[in-house]
Amino acid sequence: MSQRITVRAGGVSLRFHARSAAVTTALFVAMLAGLVASVAVGEFAIPPADVVNTLVGAGDQATNFVVLDLRLPRALTGLLVGAALGVAGAIFQDVTRNPLASPDVVGIASGGSLAAVALIVFTEVEAVPLAALAGSLTAGALLYVLAWRGGVQGFRLVLVGIGVAAFANAGISYVLTRGRIFEVETAYVWLVGSLNGRSWDQVWPLAVGVGVLVPVILALSRRVAVLGLGDDVARSLGVGVERSRLLLLGAAVLLTGLAVSAAGMVSFVAFVAPHIARRLTRSTSMLAAAGCGAVLVLSADLIGRTLSPPTEIPVGILTSIIAAPYFLLLLRRARA
Amino acid sequence: MLAFSVLASLAIGSKSVPFAEVIRAFTAYDGSDAHAIVRDLRVPRTEVGLLVGAALGAAGALMQGATRNALAEPGILGINAGASFAVVLAISVLNVGSTPAYTGFALAGAAIVAIAVFALGATTRKGPAGVTLALAGSVMAALLIALTSAVLVFDARTLDEFRFWIVGSIGGRDGSVALTVLPVIAAGLVIAFAAGHSLNTLALGDEVARSLGQHVGRTRAAVSLGFVLLAGGAVAAAGPVAFVGLAVPHVARILAGPDYRWIVPYSVLLGAVLLLAADVVGRVLVRPAEMGVGIVTVLVGAPFFVWLVRRPKLVAL
Amino acid sequence: MSSLEARDLRVGYGGPDVVAGLDLVIRPEQITAIVGANGCGKSTLLRALARLITPTGGSVLLDGQEIRTLSSKAVAKRLGLLPQSPTAPENLTVEDLVARGRYPHQGLFRQWSPTDEQAVEEALAATATTDLRARPLDELSGGQRQRAWIAMALAQQTELLLLDEPTTYLDLAHQIDVLDLLDGLVAERGRTVVMVLHDINQACRYADQLVAVRDGRVHAAGAPGEIVDDRFIGDVFGLEARVVEDPVTGTPLCLPIAQRRSTRCAS
Repeated sequence: MSQRITVRAGGVSLRFHARSAAVTTALFVAMLAGLVASVAVGEFAIPPADVVNTLVGAGDQATNFVVLDLRLPRALTGLLVGAALGVAGAIFQDVTRNPLASPDVVGIASGGSLAAVALIVFTEVEAVPLAALAGSLTAGALLYVLAWRGGVQGFRLVLVGIGVAAFANAGISYVLTRGRIFEVETAYVWLVGSLNGRSWDQVWPLAVGVGVLVPVILALSRRVAVLGLGDDVARSLGVGVERSRLLLLGAAVLLTGLAVSAAGMVSFVAFVAPHIARRLTRSTSMLAAAGCGAVLVLSADLIGRTLSPPTEIPVGILTSIIAAPYFLLLLRRARA
Repeated sequence: MLAFSVLASLAIGSKSVPFAEVIRAFTAYDGSDAHAIVRDLRVPRTEVGLLVGAALGAAGALMQGATRNALAEPGILGINAGASFAVVLAISVLNVGSTPAYTGFALAGAAIVAIAVFALGATTRKGPAGVTLALAGSVMAALLIALTSAVLVFDARTLDEFRFWIVGSIGGRDGSVALTVLPVIAAGLVIAFAAGHSLNTLALGDEVARSLGQHVGRTRAAVSLGFVLLAGGAVAAAGPVAFVGLAVPHVARILAGPDYRWIVPYSVLLGAVLLLAADVVGRVLVRPAEMGVGIVTVLVGAPFFVWLVRRPKLVAL
Repeated sequence: MSSLEARDLRVGYGGPDVVAGLDLVIRPEQITAIVGANGCGKSTLLRALARLITPTGGSVLLDGQEIRTLSSKAVAKRLGLLPQSPTAPENLTVEDLVARGRYPHQGLFRQWSPTDEQAVEEALAATATTDLRARPLDELSGGQRQRAWIAMALAQQTELLLLDEPTTYLDLAHQIDVLDLLDGLVAERGRTVVMVLHDINQACRYADQLVAVRDGRVHAAGAPGEIVDDRFIGDVFGLEARVVEDPVTGTPLCLPIAQRRSTRCAS
């Protein structure tokens, strides 16, 4: 279990846990398979071979339309949302050193949702994704400022976060009691989290965000490992503790905001993906958390689309229904 | 303070009744509108408020003591989620349509979920039992919330009813609601008051508690039972009222010090006062409409809670 | 060779200063032991020396430079610190813990050089934890865990090593093991060790320089044989004691005079 792989070339040397690397690779294979399956399965079934052909630019017009304009953006949105939430959750749990923390618990997702829901119910303005992003970032900034006392302690951050989350959730409930039922229903579907009708408009901001932030976070992940030893040890090992925390939390808030703005409040993924990743790899791995999140959201959406067509079950419902029993199983096994 | 909030709760509303008139409604009932409002509407509502507030305060104190986790609160074991799911099923499948009628369903849902969570989480032999229990609880809650959502997304009529229940409110409750939950909450309160001493020992850590001759597992089980009765009774009567159970024990701890024999009664009183006060504020704030007490408790409680945890000396457990 | 010095150092946590105008020069390639009664400010002093807390006044100089002006990594390459009761995440193995001590020497693309590997092997060997390398930290006994943490600090390979009560949780044999280990680092590798110690007799045995802290100031500093006597123990610890010569090492040996059971001594 503690086998390690070291890769050295010139001045460059990298090191992984063998188990971590294997699990992460498997997760990424599963993720790609999920992507292809998401594109292949649907009312108009496309053989996987044709999917791959289309993706490399050798498909006919009909499959091009279905694959490139309809299913691929949706599947990519799901993949990216899952990955973003997985990483964001891992950061919150590691930085606060609290296994119950996640962007949902500390109110980031709720802040975004409050802004979005208020916009849906009270106005005609069509800028829900933007409102969600702005709301998430506001909640994140508020959280950090309120939790700051000559530094940010994990414990205080979680407590303040619970306050922020409760406030935002009460706001959401209030908005829902004030609106007309038609708007409330729209808002509710959004709250639950759905990938229905997602297009390239959702993919691009997410892709850019994930593409920039995840490498930054991976570069910081050695600091995360050292931060896990406590502030004093981390400082004496030369880690700028407060700056690292700010960077990491900032990245996590941005990722959450982007995910919420693309797919609504897909709950539970940010909480559970890092836990599953940690138990599979038996170490902390941001990439594995990203992979778990992506696989979870992709498979939830796939099941939601195919269970009882043409009705679609929103992805946010199925993420919990799939992952909760699995996680409980892991909990039980950990005890044995 | 409690007496004052009770009086305010009876007097203030979309139709205000002078305090003197309130008292006369009991001493010399004359059948006027004002007297009828006080005795038939406001009294049951106030009773429910008292019970729910006291129950939430005590439940939070018990759970924070038993798990030694400052974040433990009535929602944590999935009890609110279980009650919510039961209510949604009642509305959607059984066409139950009145607020008082939800009470029984909510109670049953809360009880079933609590049992399930304990079966999953409490068999732990090693390690911090609190964390496993909390993890199992939050996962169970997530699962139930998802199932609830699954019903609501496809059933607009149920959503229309449910959105008013979920905010937590003690409006529109008649005498039967208080009567249904009274035995449950009373039993829970008895356990809570009896547990103070054990919680003090438990606060020193499992090992010290054990060496002081305490049956740690049995204490936790008893405390958990009390907690389920209190939290279940509260959610059944008023829907999920957030924050009272979380914030009140912290305030009690500041006022009463670290002794659970005092924290529990303080939490009971403070919970009742806070809930009634919040309910009154909710009636006044957007008059003639009302704001659910669950929303008001958070609007008032959350900023206060943030102030609390920003204090330089965070009260550790 | 790294030097460490405090000048008119003041540290407070909002209230009155815990360290109140303290001057101290750490002698290179020696063991300095900081002793004092509970709450006298010795741990705070150690934390300030390691740049973990910002002083309210005065300065700490590392190699003649104000330590606050140096970068975190630059400090971490020269000065390591082991706090009193460090905590690690669940399931972290000994080897992973020790490997994390290499952080200041690594970069994004230089995560595991042969030097890193060698440093970790040496640290494991020096603390006799090689056999425990694959075990999770939370499964170890207190003594084994403490040795693993010391290994982490050793893997950092700093010239200056600051330790806050490194012998806590250890049985007598392991206490001596750890102190011998630190002694060896100074004698054979030219390291400089500064540690807070509870046991005045161990401090006398192992320290080249003893620093007694009282009320946030240095009460006395010097070789144990020169400064430790009956009055010293009375002033620093508020304890009546007889100081004799240690029959094994010749260093001072403190024998407390307790209220009861002291008849033979009095007669």
